Amino acid sequence: MTDLPRMQHIIASGLVAAVGIAVAYISYTQEPADAFLFPRLISTVFLVLALWTFGKAVLGRTKVGNGLSRVAIINILPGLIVALIYIFWAAKALGFYTASTITFFILLSLYDPAPHGEARTWIKRALITAGFLAVMYGLFAQLLTVFTPKEILF
Amino acid sequence: MGDVFTPINFGLLLIGTIGGLILGATPGLSPTMAVALLIPFTFRLEPAQGLILLGAAYTSTVAGGAVSAILLKIPGAPANIATTLDGHTMAQKGQGARALQLSFLASAVGGVFGVLLLIFLTPVLAQWALAFGPSHLFWLAILGVTIIGSLDSSSVVKGLLSGCIGLWLATIGFDDIMGAQRFIFHDAVAGGINVIPALIGLFAIPQVITMFAKGRKRLDAEVIAVEKHPIGQAVGEVFRRKRALSIGTITGSIIGLIPGVGGQIAGLVAYDQTKKTSPEREKFGTGHSEGVIAAESANNAMVGPSLVPLLTLSIPGSPTAAVLLGGLLIHGIFPGSDLFDNYPDVAWTFINSMLIGQILMCIFGLYVAGLAARVAQVPNAVMAAVVLGLALFGSYSVQNSMGDVYVMMALGTGMYFLERFGFSAAPLVLGLILGPIAEANFIQGSMIANATSSMGEYFFSGTLNLVLIGIVVASIGYSLWMELRDKRYTTKDDAVLKEESLS
Repeated sequence: MTDLPRMQHIIASGLVAAVGIAVAYISYTQEPADAFLFPRLISTVFLVLALWTFGKAVLGRTKVGNGLSRVAIINILPGLIVALIYIFWAAKALGFYTASTITFFILLSLYDPAPHGEARTWIKRALITAGFLAVMYGLFAQLLTVFTPKEILF
Repeated sequence: MGDVFTPINFGLLLIGTIGGLILGATPGLSPTMAVALLIPFTFRLEPAQGLILLGAAYTSTVAGGAVSAILLKIPGAPANIATTLDGHTMAQKGQGARALQLSFLASAVGGVFGVLLLIFLTPVLAQWALAFGPSHLFWLAILGVTIIGSLDSSSVVKGLLSGCIGLWLATIGFDDIMGAQRFIFHDAVAGGINVIPALIGLFAIPQVITMFAKGRKRLDAEVIAVEKHPIGQAVGEVFRRKRALSIGTITGSIIGLIPGVGGQIAGLVAYDQTKKTSPEREKFGTGHSEGVIAAESANNAMVGPSLVPLLTLSIPGSPTAAVLLGGLLIHGIFPGSDLFDNYPDVAWTFINSMLIGQILMCIFGLYVAGLAARVAQVPNAVMAAVVLGLALFGSYSVQNSMGDVYVMMALGTGMYFLERFGFSAAPLVLGLILGPIAEANFIQGSMIANATSSMGEYFFSGTLNLVLIGIVVASIGYSLWMELRDKRYTTKDDAVLKEESLS
């Protein structure tokens, strides 16, 4: 358990180092070379710093950052999944306002500390959702005239 | 000054000020995030109008953060941390209204002084900046990233690495000279990474996920009821506490001028200096008005000067200034040495509006503080869902593109996880914004160097180049030294603790 943050640091800095290696590789191999002049400069510094950070993580000398606790991951996961579905699928497939209504209500139900066994709290959640959507519609559709994707309902 | 008082401009100033106070009082909504979320609402506005809205929000979110700091002991923004020390204790003693009045009055004095500094310094520095060539501008851009990277992060190497990631992200898309594709792994980034969705994602999404991480936790803090307190007495007290007010104002202004050193440092340094020089230092932390005055005058005095490097050299001095730069860029305005020649009306209307905004912030702050404190109790679940919705709609509205929304979410989610491991969003954003400036001047400089001298001679000679390189090296060196010193103390403390536990 005590090794968990260290392991997390290794994974995180390892991923950053992998990106650094990929960026440096592309910068030094792609053509035309002139277009990659600045990326080469950046990627060299990027790679050196990333490898330094990775080395420190491997040696267990990374002191900053708290990592992620088990509780935090469990708390984050449902909300993050809902948010990702909302943004990468539902917003386009169901329409912005429909998807926003569903997502808002789900997130509110997931994280609202009010009891789930009372009808009163569900009515409150529904009213907050409706109020939020009305404000969003007023701001974006009416005030800014943003034409958002429409699929189911609106 | 007259342009500020046209009905639309003044109306926007009012909306920005009142909205900013409420947003600032809401824990979890930082000034940077609030301004980033407001940018999409400026698309339909004239450049000066958009900037008035953003500037007013910036000013009043910093001051609004004092409301929750005093009444809930939850700083609305990092800049208000020092305010909690005495402000909340005053509120607990039944002096909440007095603390709020002192905080808004001190904020206004500090803020007005800071904006006056902005007014007098900016044109002078803008003239001076006309002498800057491509090599100087390249080093300035690098300086902006390295200063924020080294000062804003808990680890210098991770801060600089964040800056590098930002600089790399800025190179994604087609290059300006050859038109070649670079690092395009997905259609969403074919045209490069748009700064506004990136800003929204980098500042809003980590906050949303942080709210998720708290789970179904009820906000324990209770709003302390505020008593009636005559404003006249508070005005008299602010000006009687001259030392605290002047230390806060001057410290905040100087710190604001240094890129990368934000309101949090300004508030804490001013608080510390006022305490050290006060004959009543034992009263600090027990609800002493000097503590509130010093901290709040400092964090608002920082606002104006933090925009000086942005308006003169196009180097944002703080993350919020970086967001304001994004606001300028989407209106086709590139700040820098010729801003006052090409867009004097926009520049001066914006600066003057900040001056009026400070006064409005004080007036409204005194009256809406109680309401703002209630807004601060909005549950995490509602706030997370609202911010997520605003981020989605706001990013989409930039170019009516789902690609921008994907970029916003991907960068935001990635940033949350990076932040958990000591990486920081501010240098990454600075890298993203300053990357094109650095690259354009690097390419231009290398062309000049090829025609006239060598790259080494062009970029590494001349007084100004050497001064800028010196500052880059000094800022990194200083931060490394500070980090090593802190580590040594921590190690010593650990050793002492270990010995104590063994004995």
